Amino acid sequence: MDLIVCLKRVPQTAEAEVQIGPSGKEIVRDRLTFDMNEADSYALEEAILLKEKFGGTITVISLGLPDAEDTLRIALAKGADHAIRIKAEDFGELDGFKTASLLKDALVNVKFDVLLTGCVATDDSLYQVGPVLAELLGAPHATLVGKIEIAGEKAHVNRELEGGLIEHLEMSLPAVFAVQTGINEPRYASLIAIRRAAGKEIKLLGKDDIPSEHRVNSTLEKLFVPPAGKRAEIMTGTADEVSARTASLIKEKGLI
Amino acid sequence: MILQSQHKEFQARVRRFAEQEVAPRARELDRTGEFPHDLVKRLAELQLTAVYVPKEYGGAGLDTLHYAIAVEEISRSCGSTGIFLAAHSSLGVFPIFFAGTEEQKRKWLIPLARGEKIGAFGLTEPDVGSDAAATRTTARIESDTYVINGTKRFITSGSIADVIIVTATQDPSKGYKGISAFVVEKGTPGFSYGKDEEKLGLHGSITSELVFEDCAIPRDNLLGSEGDGFRIFMETLDGGRISIGALALGIAQGALDAAVSFSKASKRSGKPLYKMQPVQSMIAEMATEIEAARLLIYHAAALKDSGLPYMKEAAMAKYYASTIGMKAANMAVDIHGLCGVTDAYPAERLMRDEKLMEIGEGTSEIQKIVIAREVLGK
Amino acid sequence: MNFDLTSDQKMLQDQVRKFAQTELAPLAPEIDKSGEFPWPSLKKMAKLGLLGVIVPEKYGGSGFDFVSLAIAIEEISRACASTGVIVAVNNSLTTYPILEFSSEELKKKYLPQLCSGEKIGAFGLTEPNAGSDVAAMESTARLEGDHYIVNGTKRFITNGGEAGIYVVFAYTNRDLKHKGISAFVVERDTPGFSVGKHEDLMGIRATANCELMFEDVKVPKENLLGKEGDGFKICMNTLDVSRIDIGAQAVGIAQAALDEAVRYSKERKAFGQPICNFEMIEALIAEMATEIQAARLLVHYAGFCKDKGMQKFSKEAAMSKYYASDIAVDVTRKAVQIHGGYGYSKEYAVERLYRDAKILELYEGTSEIQKIVIARELTR
Ligand SMILES: Cc1cc2nc3c(=O)[nH]c(=O)nc-3n(C[C@H](O)[C@H](O)[C@H](O)COP(=O)(O)OP(=O)(O)OC[C@H]3O[C@@H](n4cnc5c(N)ncnc54)[C@H](O)[C@@H]3O)c2cc1C
Ligand SMILES: Cc1cc2nc3c(=O)[nH]c(=O)nc-3n(C[C@H](O)[C@H](O)[C@H](O)COP(=O)(O)OP(=O)(O)OC[C@H]3O[C@@H](n4cnc5c(N)ncnc54)[C@H](O)[C@@H]3O)c2cc1C
Repeated sequence: MDLIVCLKRVPQTAEAEVQIGPSGKEIVRDRLTFDMNEADSYALEEAILLKEKFGGTITVISLGLPDAEDTLRIALAKGADHAIRIKAEDFGELDGFKTASLLKDALVNVKFDVLLTGCVATDDSLYQVGPVLAELLGAPHATLVGKIEIAGEKAHVNRELEGGLIEHLEMSLPAVFAVQTGINEPRYASLIAIRRAAGKEIKLLGKDDIPSEHRVNSTLEKLFVPPAGKRAEIMTGTADEVSARTASLIKEKGLI
Repeated sequence: MILQSQHKEFQARVRRFAEQEVAPRARELDRTGEFPHDLVKRLAELQLTAVYVPKEYGGAGLDTLHYAIAVEEISRSCGSTGIFLAAHSSLGVFPIFFAGTEEQKRKWLIPLARGEKIGAFGLTEPDVGSDAAATRTTARIESDTYVINGTKRFITSGSIADVIIVTATQDPSKGYKGISAFVVEKGTPGFSYGKDEEKLGLHGSITSELVFEDCAIPRDNLLGSEGDGFRIFMETLDGGRISIGALALGIAQGALDAAVSFSKASKRSGKPLYKMQPVQSMIAEMATEIEAARLLIYHAAALKDSGLPYMKEAAMAKYYASTIGMKAANMAVDIHGLCGVTDAYPAERLMRDEKLMEIGEGTSEIQKIVIAREVLGK
Repeated sequence: MNFDLTSDQKMLQDQVRKFAQTELAPLAPEIDKSGEFPWPSLKKMAKLGLLGVIVPEKYGGSGFDFVSLAIAIEEISRACASTGVIVAVNNSLTTYPILEFSSEELKKKYLPQLCSGEKIGAFGLTEPNAGSDVAAMESTARLEGDHYIVNGTKRFITNGGEAGIYVVFAYTNRDLKHKGISAFVVERDTPGFSVGKHEDLMGIRATANCELMFEDVKVPKENLLGKEGDGFKICMNTLDVSRIDIGAQAVGIAQAALDEAVRYSKERKAFGQPICNFEMIEALIAEMATEIQAARLLVHYAGFCKDKGMQKFSKEAAMSKYYASDIAVDVTRKAVQIHGGYGYSKEYAVERLYRDAKILELYEGTSEIQKIVIARELTR
């Protein structure tokens, strides 16, 4: 079974304070650490599990700056066979559509049965790249995938909907799945695998390799931090104290 | 072993020069307080006056690590010559290299880099030290000139410099955004000197007061744009910290050298000093911390050379090297015992020279604030 | 030296950090309390190749260099100090001397078991009356036919209670003083060998630190490391290597303390603002961060010297061990200080980190011994 996984390197912003650069259109990268997008690491693990079951090869691809190669290399160490970086530095401004169409052009000659993406990248939260790429490739797709089973030419997948509902789909291959976090337990690369991956080639695709025009459908105007709103007050104390404080607040605000 | 081939060869070359020509002068410069114009000439001949500036602008065309090594090796032999070199290269040369137009570079950078002219940097004022954004010196536009008024203090090489970078505000209400940087040449009317400082150490370097009274300079002498002054001097200080770190490191290494040779040459109750445990303990502490400081400095320089962020690392290098340098110089005096307080041995001079490193170009307290803000992600 | 990590070192750091933070850190308070040896974690680490980092692949190891080992030990210790020591002892005090000083047969026999986690290693040098003064040891080994008969007692042996393979030092000829010491590989199930009292330690409490007793233990002749009388040399060379890893443990523990202090100082408020806004707290954070960075560079530098095949790197190793352990104690103390009273409570990790750090200044040569090594190199 031939598999493709799309990987994105994203800043780790859960604990860091994000600052906006002078252009107003990008964040300051200096102080941030970058890593494989969380959902992508589950997509990768799912691909490795499928390969372990059915054989075949895994190609990982990233549209990113040179440091995305660190992420691709980790994927090689975990079990991917081939890696491609599309040189983001060659292609200017990106949006979900342009990203997907660049990925499509880069993958024209790569055969696949299953193409996996994460369901969303934590940095710009588009939820677009997987579905758009599937459309461009003319393949069926499913988002928010929480389980994948393959039998013959068919895939059976579960999609996780709101309210705890699960949607079960049967789809024909080749297909594109955008994977949820938590679908499996991503492994760690062993030291030996790391050493082997260090020497592997990463194929680079730049402007000359993907010459056709790629347009963006949306342009970033500016990034900003919303002004802080008035803080909520959490009241502590005995019931009497809290009710007295509530009463006086209501009066203060002129609500009665 | 820390250094690889090309840097190692450079280190050996500078060290040879320093040991042969600079070290023998250190004691005399400290005593007389004379400025070593002849050594400046030699530094220029050896292309050490602007190590990191490209050759087309009169420099040696090497990297920051080479520069740090040069300052370290010269300072190991003589702190006064070391601070001249660091101030000239980092404070006099850098702002023009960093922010100058092609024309400004041709006019000032080339002769400065070649060591034909001496550079200085006027930031500190009588009431403005650590808080450099509070500059009181003013600049106002009058027809095709800027007119500068104010006083700068503690300016290394100030009264002998040919070219001085001066920070001044055009609008104090704008805070740091109102500050600009200007080039003032020696002999400009309205520019005069107060008295040179008498200092604890670094006697062979000149530290001056600069007075500007309606000093008019051409509009072309503005570096960068108006309001760029803060950015220019912050960048200058970031790089300068690496060189002050290297200066502190060189002096510290000089102190260790002095302590080791004294401990091998002297005996107490028939036992060589270096075999006594308290002495061993001090030598081990000095040597370990000096090695750590060296790694911090070279690391910051390597980051800068790779174009990576280095502000935190430069502050760490400067803070750490000056702190342990002071400790090392103090221990060297201790190991010398009574000989440590006489000028027959270099230990006391090294201690006096080293003290400035904890203060100049941002005190240790300021470095710690810089480091903490980076670590805390503020 | 290269200040940049190589591509494989960066990947190793990334994966070991993730593994350690996810799998080891949550267990650290537990095993500190229970003192239970972390076998399940060790099995997982064996699968990743962390028990034989420097051992070539043909003996079951991962084939990395010493800087890489230091990076791995730092990350493991940052998550759990006990686990860090256990892994360091397996790597640099057991697989290293076997790799460096034993016959091909011995390597083939023991290294795969140590790399796979089937057995864990220990290093038996210290005795009740011989700590810093190694030559004062009383254990003996005398050759009888095809075997050495080993007698003596070892104390304070990390992994002692759980190990399967021991590197042990004993006199084969007392008249030759330190030149009469030899080193052996001893298996746990050899008759006459027994494990004595389990130490109740202040820190690194899950390391199965035990006394070892040897009563007429018959060790096959071929289990001698090097030649008779090589023991002291083997011991010193092995300690040079393992001191780099003590430095790495120290950097890891100190980094963990800084991580905790940074997080806490941003959350905790006093006088209406987060305490990280106070300049005295900032100063502590800056000192901690600077010293950690200096220590890390010294550790990597010592590893680099070893990797480059420098014959004598005792000074560099001693500097990294002495400095990193010194600042680890200082940094953990400051982290407790920043936590105020909460830092004294077991509810917060810094209480444990403070206790875990102290041992670094003591084992594998106290700070005083390191200083003597450093000063001697400088004044020779
Ligand atoms: C020999 C020599 C050469 C020099 N060369 C030059 C030169 O070439 N060009 C130049 O521009 N300057 C030069 N200087 C000036 C030097 O950079 C300043 O002395 C230095 O920046 C400190 O400023 P200050 O003396 O005004 O001290 P202050 O700023 O008054 O500081 C006094 C004390 O308060 C502390 N402090 C201040 N602010 C804070 C804060 N926010 N938080 C915590 N602590 C704080 C400081 O750490 C220090 O301990 C030189 C000085 C000397 C002695
Ligand atoms: C938790 C733990 C784990 C350990 N793990 C192991 C292990 O796995 N394998 C192993 O073999 N050992 C191990 N040890 C033993 C450890 O290496 C020794 O405790 C250490 O070498 C110090 O020896 P000592 O305790 O006998 O102290 P002593 O040698 O008695 O030293 C006492 C004090 O005197 C000082 N001193 C000694 N000699 C001198 C001198 N010449 N000059 C100046 N000062 C001096 C020391 O620095 C120290 O401050 C471990 C110990 C502990 C506590």
